[in-house]
Amino acid sequence: MKTSLYTNLQRKIITITLLVSFAPLFILGATMYYQFSVLSKDKTEEQIKYRARAQAQAIDLFLKERTAILSAMADTHSFNDMIDEKNLSYIFEVMNLRAGAFVDLGVIDNAGQHLSYVGPYNLRGLNYYQEGWFGEVMSKGVYISDVYKGFRQLPHFIIAVRRWEGQRSWILRATIDPDIFGSIVLSAQIGKTGDAYLINKAGVYQTHPRFGAQILSEFNLNTKLFGGGTTVVEEKDIHGKKLLYAGSWLNNNKWLLVISQEPAEQMRRLFALRNMEIAIIILGIFAIILTTVFTTRLTVSHLRDSDAKMNELNAQLIQSDKLAALGKMAAGVAHEINNPLNIIIQKTGWMEDLLADEEFQNSENIEEYKKSLEKIDYHVERARKVVHNMLGFARKMEPHLEDVDINGTLNRTIDMLENYARTNNIDIQTDLDKDIPIIASDEAQLQQVFMNLISNSIDAIGKDGLIKVESRRIDENINIAIKDDGPGIPHDQLKKVFDPFFTTKHTGKGTGLGLWICYSIIEKLGGNISLDSKVGKGTGFTISIPIVIPEKK
Amino acid sequence: MDFFNVLVVDDEEDFVETFVNRLNKRKVPTTGVLSGEEAIELMKKKDFDVVILDIKMPGGMDGIETLREIKKIQPLAEVLLLTGHASVETSIEGMKLGAFDYVLKPIKLEELLPKLAKAFERKDAHDSKIRSAKIKKLLRYW
Repeated sequence: MKTSLYTNLQRKIITITLLVSFAPLFILGATMYYQFSVLSKDKTEEQIKYRARAQAQAIDLFLKERTAILSAMADTHSFNDMIDEKNLSYIFEVMNLRAGAFVDLGVIDNAGQHLSYVGPYNLRGLNYYQEGWFGEVMSKGVYISDVYKGFRQLPHFIIAVRRWEGQRSWILRATIDPDIFGSIVLSAQIGKTGDAYLINKAGVYQTHPRFGAQILSEFNLNTKLFGGGTTVVEEKDIHGKKLLYAGSWLNNNKWLLVISQEPAEQMRRLFALRNMEIAIIILGIFAIILTTVFTTRLTVSHLRDSDAKMNELNAQLIQSDKLAALGKMAAGVAHEINNPLNIIIQKTGWMEDLLADEEFQNSENIEEYKKSLEKIDYHVERARKVVHNMLGFARKMEPHLEDVDINGTLNRTIDMLENYARTNNIDIQTDLDKDIPIIASDEAQLQQVFMNLISNSIDAIGKDGLIKVESRRIDENINIAIKDDGPGIPHDQLKKVFDPFFTTKHTGKGTGLGLWICYSIIEKLGGNISLDSKVGKGTGFTISIPIVIPEKK
Repeated sequence: MDFFNVLVVDDEEDFVETFVNRLNKRKVPTTGVLSGEEAIELMKKKDFDVVILDIKMPGGMDGIETLREIKKIQPLAEVLLLTGHASVETSIEGMKLGAFDYVLKPIKLEELLPKLAKAFERKDAHDSKIRSAKIKKLLRYW
């Protein structure tokens, strides 16, 4: 019953503590993870956006440089110089030296006729009049084409500038190396899954992406998703995988630089953080569980101990209260009995006085009268002894302090009882601590206690046995133990042995006051008395008296 | 030993009666009364050598009050306190007030007689001292 009460309490405390400490831990963990993921996503988007913008500017710059050098060449050379392929080849070399990435260079007259050409393909003599770019460059002056296959049947794009020379106009046209240009674009990608490519307004790949599509194939997303400047969107690619796209328009908004990346890749640090967080939380949980269980157990066991002590104390209090009340009552009863006893004694005395008169001496029943009076006397004496024990004890209740040698008192008491014990074949062994100091106490009362306890032991044993008397100094107390190997006291009687008039002896043999008197004396002397008894093994009384050093005289 | 006067004061009539009978039978002139008030009244008229006085008497004067009064009327009368009560304090108070001794009830006459005798001896000694003092005083003026 009691145990389950404590177990319940322990379970409740542990549960509540764990709930209260886990809840904030989990909430904190979740919040932190959420905030970090938002932060991390923002940062990833910011990074990819920045990269797209920077790379778009770089590519724009690349195109502008190429256009500028081409324009400069056209402006500084005359048509006649240009048609000479030796000169053109020299100019081509200079351009590649200063800017690079040009594949070929050609001069086209205003009729679309390709008049001179330097480059790897045989394009001289072709007429471009029908080509779309020709019309654009003739009307706008400078033109950068989308990627197309053209006569050479290879994807490429061109930069063309128109030059007015008097009434005549002509066109200087250069092809940009698609490999170099593609690699410049691709350099914007990062990580294992990142990609970078150019798309034109119609959604056609202008460079070769790392993954999936071919140049000039259709881009899977609508270019309208990407607004002006630089935009970041999260969309699924053709395989249904979620990707983060950053798009930045360039080349007068004709081309869109797209940088794509798997969000998970940038999130790796976040996942590491999450794993660490989980690990810390798990460790925390273990630590909390361990400390909670440990401290709760400790607390509950402390509680249990103090409860047990309290109960013991309460039991002692109840016991001493009960004994005090019983003592008062017994004293009252004794007093009320004394008066009638006194009268009986006087009456029998009077009758004895009268019987001594001569006239009664001749009565035939005089012996019977005498015997009866003797018996009355005897039994009044018995009653008187009970009452006197009680009253005599009560009268002596106030301890009379003197120097007491406990061991000496024990020895003297044992000497007195030695004969009685020996006739019953009972051995009394002593084991006395020599370091016990002389204390201030009441020797007569202590002797009465020892006498009562040892003679009780002798009576309990009956015949053939052993009584051990021990004295020990324990801290500020002297402990005296008196143990016998008698029959022991049944469990249900243990609580009653100190009650007045409780006796197991035959009527007339014991008054039942001995242990009560012992208890009261020891209590008055500031000590306590306890017993430990097992049926069949014997009984041991332990008296503990505080050491009170006598004042020096 | 001269014969002496004894007064027994106790609220138990049976006790007083029997006790008086037994002492008288032993040729000790004894009177019994049942309360403190009666004892005082009687002692105003008659001298007693020893008074046996019960400490606890219900109603009226108790033993200690009676003792005080007795000592006022007859300071030389020796008082033996009789107590059924084990109160040391009361007995000590009684002794301080001039009681000769105290005895616990129930008491056998055989145990009480020597104490009575001692009490009387003291009373007698006092009396003779006073007598010889008086004689000396008389002699001086002779």
